Amino acid sequence: MSVEAAPAFRPHRSALTRFISAYGQEIVIACAILVLFAVVSAVNPRFLGANNLNTIISGNAYIAVAAIGMSMIIITGNIDVSVGALIGVLATVAGNIAISGAPIWVAWVAPIFVGMAVNTIVGMLVAYGKIPAIVVTLGMLSILRGGLVSVTGGAWINNLPPEFLLAQRRFLDVPVPVWMMIVLTIAAFLWMRYTAFGRSLYAIGGNPEAARAAGIPIERRIVQVFAIHGAFAGLATILFATQLKIIQSTVPPNLELTIITAAVIGGVSILGGTGTVIGSTLAAILFSAIGSALIFINVSAYWLRAVIGALILITVLIDMMRRNREMRGAGR
Amino acid sequence: MTWNKLIRHETILGLFVVIALVVLSAQSDKFFTLDNLLNQGRLMTEVGLIAIVMTFVIITGGIDLSVGSILGMTAILLGVFWKNLGLPLELAIFLALCVGTFAGFVNGLIITRFRVPPLIATLGTLALYRGIAEGVSEARSVRGYPEWFYVLGQGNVFGVPTQLWLLVIVTIVAAIILGMTTWGRATYAIGSNETAARFSGLRVDWIKIAIYSASGFAAALAAVIFVSRVSTTRSDMGTGIELDAITAVVLGGTSIFGGRGTIIGTVLGLILIQALKNGLSLAGVKSDGTIVLIGAALILTILISNLVYRGGTR
Repeated sequence: MSVEAAPAFRPHRSALTRFISAYGQEIVIACAILVLFAVVSAVNPRFLGANNLNTIISGNAYIAVAAIGMSMIIITGNIDVSVGALIGVLATVAGNIAISGAPIWVAWVAPIFVGMAVNTIVGMLVAYGKIPAIVVTLGMLSILRGGLVSVTGGAWINNLPPEFLLAQRRFLDVPVPVWMMIVLTIAAFLWMRYTAFGRSLYAIGGNPEAARAAGIPIERRIVQVFAIHGAFAGLATILFATQLKIIQSTVPPNLELTIITAAVIGGVSILGGTGTVIGSTLAAILFSAIGSALIFINVSAYWLRAVIGALILITVLIDMMRRNREMRGAGR
Repeated sequence: MTWNKLIRHETILGLFVVIALVVLSAQSDKFFTLDNLLNQGRLMTEVGLIAIVMTFVIITGGIDLSVGSILGMTAILLGVFWKNLGLPLELAIFLALCVGTFAGFVNGLIITRFRVPPLIATLGTLALYRGIAEGVSEARSVRGYPEWFYVLGQGNVFGVPTQLWLLVIVTIVAAIILGMTTWGRATYAIGSNETAARFSGLRVDWIKIAIYSASGFAAALAAVIFVSRVSTTRSDMGTGIELDAITAVVLGGTSIFGGRGTIIGTVLGLILIQALKNGLSLAGVKSDGTIVLIGAALILTILISNLVYRGGTR
């Protein structure tokens, strides 16, 4: 099994073909985004309006950021179905600190550390308790979701101080969430591609026995990658919770599914070992663009979810057919 | 029976159930009454039906996250077939069960033909089926079913809730199939080593498709009972029920990697969850607090089970 993020290196091909073959999934999604924008803006030019672009990209940047951490988890062959509930808990933590009168930066930093702490426990249960990640995170989902509602009683947090609302700020006329999404994606991509630590994640997901034989401390890495994933959930929370003047004690339904799907559509194999975070970020943008586009071409709001569901399935099927073909082509 | 055979997951879980029952009975004198226990059986049936078939799915090494959405979709279609299309209710129920089975069949087809991992395939159909439920219903609910229909969800037969009979029958049939037939052995074989199962001449793909279809059927049956119990249909019915069912199955000792698990374990898991829910609410704990405890129970049971098994064979 290859440790490479990309399919096998084929020396007789040109640099361009190699690039296309290595980043096929990312290119496909980028093209899909371009086609979608071209078609929908031809039907309804307002689709390209500044307000709508802001909603599509800035409003959903938190999903892309959370999908970065999720991609790392999935690349190591694990899964986290509790991230949506975690973001809900972290948002409440951040909101309560913000209205408590503590310095604002504390409210921004706290979710990152709380997220790391919670997911370190998850990682330890997975790595040292030998419990499958899906079981631990299913349990964690109940604990976080139930715990949040029983502590808050479902109450909203109002009167957030205006300076807390980071997601509404702009830097060089570009919304802060967009900056964070781009910077974090590129940083995570480079880190996973060019550092020993990052590459060890692919090794663990691709072939744990080989990784162990190569001297990678698998258990410690898994705890660390869960902690990093928790930090990304914290960062995503900051973007999510600072959009509006209120924080509800709920998150969008099936948020964890949206995040997992973004990672998987982005090219991260659910079996572990392959994929990049550039793909997951592009997929997150594609999803939010699809949701918005359906409204612009007058699809009934009631059918929105069915159409998105069908599109996700079609994308997965096309992706699997492509991969099955590649596997046969590679002589397997 | 040797000591080693006795120390197994089901035994540990059985002890947990007994302890929970004793403690909860001590907390409230309303808990251990026949009326209450039968009523809890009524509430347990929908998750129970789904969890019994989910046991097969997970033993093959798969998972079905779409059951809650299939429940919602078939509940809505039941109402639409009967009220909007004017079909007789018997026919509407039959068609709803067919649609549920077909939805499961589609899951099986995507998983076997396109080789999409079950987690992703059913994640996709979770969104699709729930979306269809929302689209068809347009946020309307269907009420006013004929009286005879409520016997299924609210009535009794020989003093026991109607649907509890159904759950008992399905459980016994499932236990026999899994434990005593070649179908059951094939289910374990696929989960233990799919390649070996294929080379042994088992029709792996067809068995999987049959199991996912059965899962869809169970979800549709649960939908019919759910509608009859609460006298209305809504598109958000069954949201999250897949997690309850999976929790019961995994709590019951079925390995999420496949190849190991029993129906009796799942039943014990179901009873433990329902007893905790009910007993704690009688003791004054809010339902959200109960959810926390169920999550913790799930992690702890597997952790303890792993510690006991450490070094031993499975």
